[in-house]
Amino acid sequence: MNRANATLLNLAAVGCLAVFLWAAGRHLDGYKVQIINLIAVNIILALSLNLIYGFTGLFSLGHAGFMAIGAYVCAMLVLSPAQKEMLFILEPPIWPFSVVQAPFFVAVLLGGLGAAAFGVLIGFPVLRLGGDYLGIATLGFAEIIRVLANNLPRVTNGALGLKGIPAYANLWWNYAWCLLTLYCIVKLVRSNFGNALMAIRDDEVAAKSMGINVFKYKMISFTLGAFFAGVGGALLGNLLTTIDPKMFLFVLTFNVLMIVVTGGLGSLTGTVLAGIVITVLLEWLRFVENPISFGGYEIPGIPGMRMVVFSLVLLMIILFRREGIMGMREFSWKGFLRFFGRGGGAR
Amino acid sequence: MTSSMFVQHFLNALTLGSLYALIAIGYTMVYGILRLINFAHGEIFMLGAYFVFWGVVLLHLPWPVAVLGAILITALTGVLVDRVAYRPLREAPRISALISSIGVSFFLQNLAVVVFSAIPRQVYRPEWLTKVMIVGKVRVLPLTLFVPALSLVLMLGSIYIVYKTKPGLGMRAIAKDIETSRLMGVPVNRIISLTFGLGSALAAASGIMWALRYPQLQPIMGVIPGFKAFIAAVLGGIGSIGGAVVGGVLLGFVEIMLVAFMPELAGFRDAFAFVLLIVILLFRPTGLFGERLEDKV
Repeated sequence: MNRANATLLNLAAVGCLAVFLWAAGRHLDGYKVQIINLIAVNIILALSLNLIYGFTGLFSLGHAGFMAIGAYVCAMLVLSPAQKEMLFILEPPIWPFSVVQAPFFVAVLLGGLGAAAFGVLIGFPVLRLGGDYLGIATLGFAEIIRVLANNLPRVTNGALGLKGIPAYANLWWNYAWCLLTLYCIVKLVRSNFGNALMAIRDDEVAAKSMGINVFKYKMISFTLGAFFAGVGGALLGNLLTTIDPKMFLFVLTFNVLMIVVTGGLGSLTGTVLAGIVITVLLEWLRFVENPISFGGYEIPGIPGMRMVVFSLVLLMIILFRREGIMGMREFSWKGFLRFFGRGGGAR
Repeated sequence: MTSSMFVQHFLNALTLGSLYALIAIGYTMVYGILRLINFAHGEIFMLGAYFVFWGVVLLHLPWPVAVLGAILITALTGVLVDRVAYRPLREAPRISALISSIGVSFFLQNLAVVVFSAIPRQVYRPEWLTKVMIVGKVRVLPLTLFVPALSLVLMLGSIYIVYKTKPGLGMRAIAKDIETSRLMGVPVNRIISLTFGLGSALAAASGIMWALRYPQLQPIMGVIPGFKAFIAAVLGGIGSIGGAVVGGVLLGFVEIMLVAFMPELAGFRDAFAFVLLIVILLFRPTGLFGERLEDKV
């Protein structure tokens, strides 16, 4: 398998995805399309957390905070000044948000950059911490962002949130960003830079003594992760067309962490697979919470059951299959063809 | 601010602070022994409050019996959580147990939604705790005196257990070095279960008193007090029981006084503890009374 062939196969796979998206957009109902959209957003979020935690070993629980920043920056940019004036009934929005409007792509990009800027800002103090302390400090950061979003009415419209965000985030945008994220992170972890990250994850002291500038690498990985988390948040905000501070609770980070752990820490293939499985599972479990009528007989829905099942799944994985679906293995065309080659008899 | 108002704020702060302190002791003991941030501790706190509610409303138990029963059952729940979700991960990387505890936290929270429903519940409060007393110009509930007093008794009790009894000696030995303790014949698993039981009992007591003070039960009621008590434990120096008590009371005072003197910051109250956390971790990660934890190479 040479490089040119692999590139061709990759392009073919992207082509298949495009055909699938085209067909899905034409033939599936709105709810199913929404789930397919959510898959892309969740994969972006989980890939970014896997870069931070799975590849660099930084246990970060701040994803909800980065997503909030991305979502708010993007929403404030795509809304027109007139719409913002309508929304901000208590106090007018602050400059420059009161006058500017940006195209969707630019808004998402700036959302990501905004999150990355906060990543740098928070990274300086907290990346010196190790393990669980880093987790709790980044969780604290996410909570601070949420409280700020609630209490800065001129930036975020406070608890009222932003409504009527134009739904630009369609299948094409979401999957383009998803592929871009995947491409960047694959290139990154396969490069020498990625080797340095994994060396830090596996043994920080050894990496340091080999001359790796640990803090610099951690910082770059954390900032990039924050950028893509911001992009994911921006897309999510546009997908749902409404955001408010309550949306960015810790449970949002928990869902992303769940995807990463299920897929396997340090496996991008696993993250993509788990992103699909978990998103579909989360939607499917909604049925448990709604009443089902069964031949005139009503089975009442059980509120809360969805997250009970979901957290049990996480517990089962962490207790009995800590490596997740894929462990640290990755998909490759070579392995793929060998697998099917054996089945088909062509050796 | 008049002096009577100040006294009132002072009592409120003392109540809140001692409730934080009781939860913080559980965090600090578990962290001292297992190096595990027990995310589910806030949910244990919540369960304690709900069990009393159940005992009084469904089983028609007298209030004191319901309280004692609830503390006992909550302690057993804490032990069970450790047995099922943490013990299998003792040899695993530390973060695995942390993720497991996050899973348990969400599990218990949503189980509470399923079993108790998400509708906020009103709590039964014995009359002798809620009849307003007027001392001079200050109006106080007996509750605001009762809570700090009982907390003090419970804290002294747990300090006695840890520093003056044989199981306490075991806890301190395990905190120093788990492997050596095992070799020296300390029944490690039993001592760890005891630690979880004790910590959960204190959290339950705190939850029950919290429900008296802020009389509304909700499945998510443990989240914010849980985080804040953890911050209190870090503030005091994690691993130190005295530190957890001081940290808890200090945090209670800072929160109440900040809002009392600067009411315009009331909306930021919940963020304040987290800012404090990041500042402590930056400048004095060992807290006020903590011992330095070195990285082992």
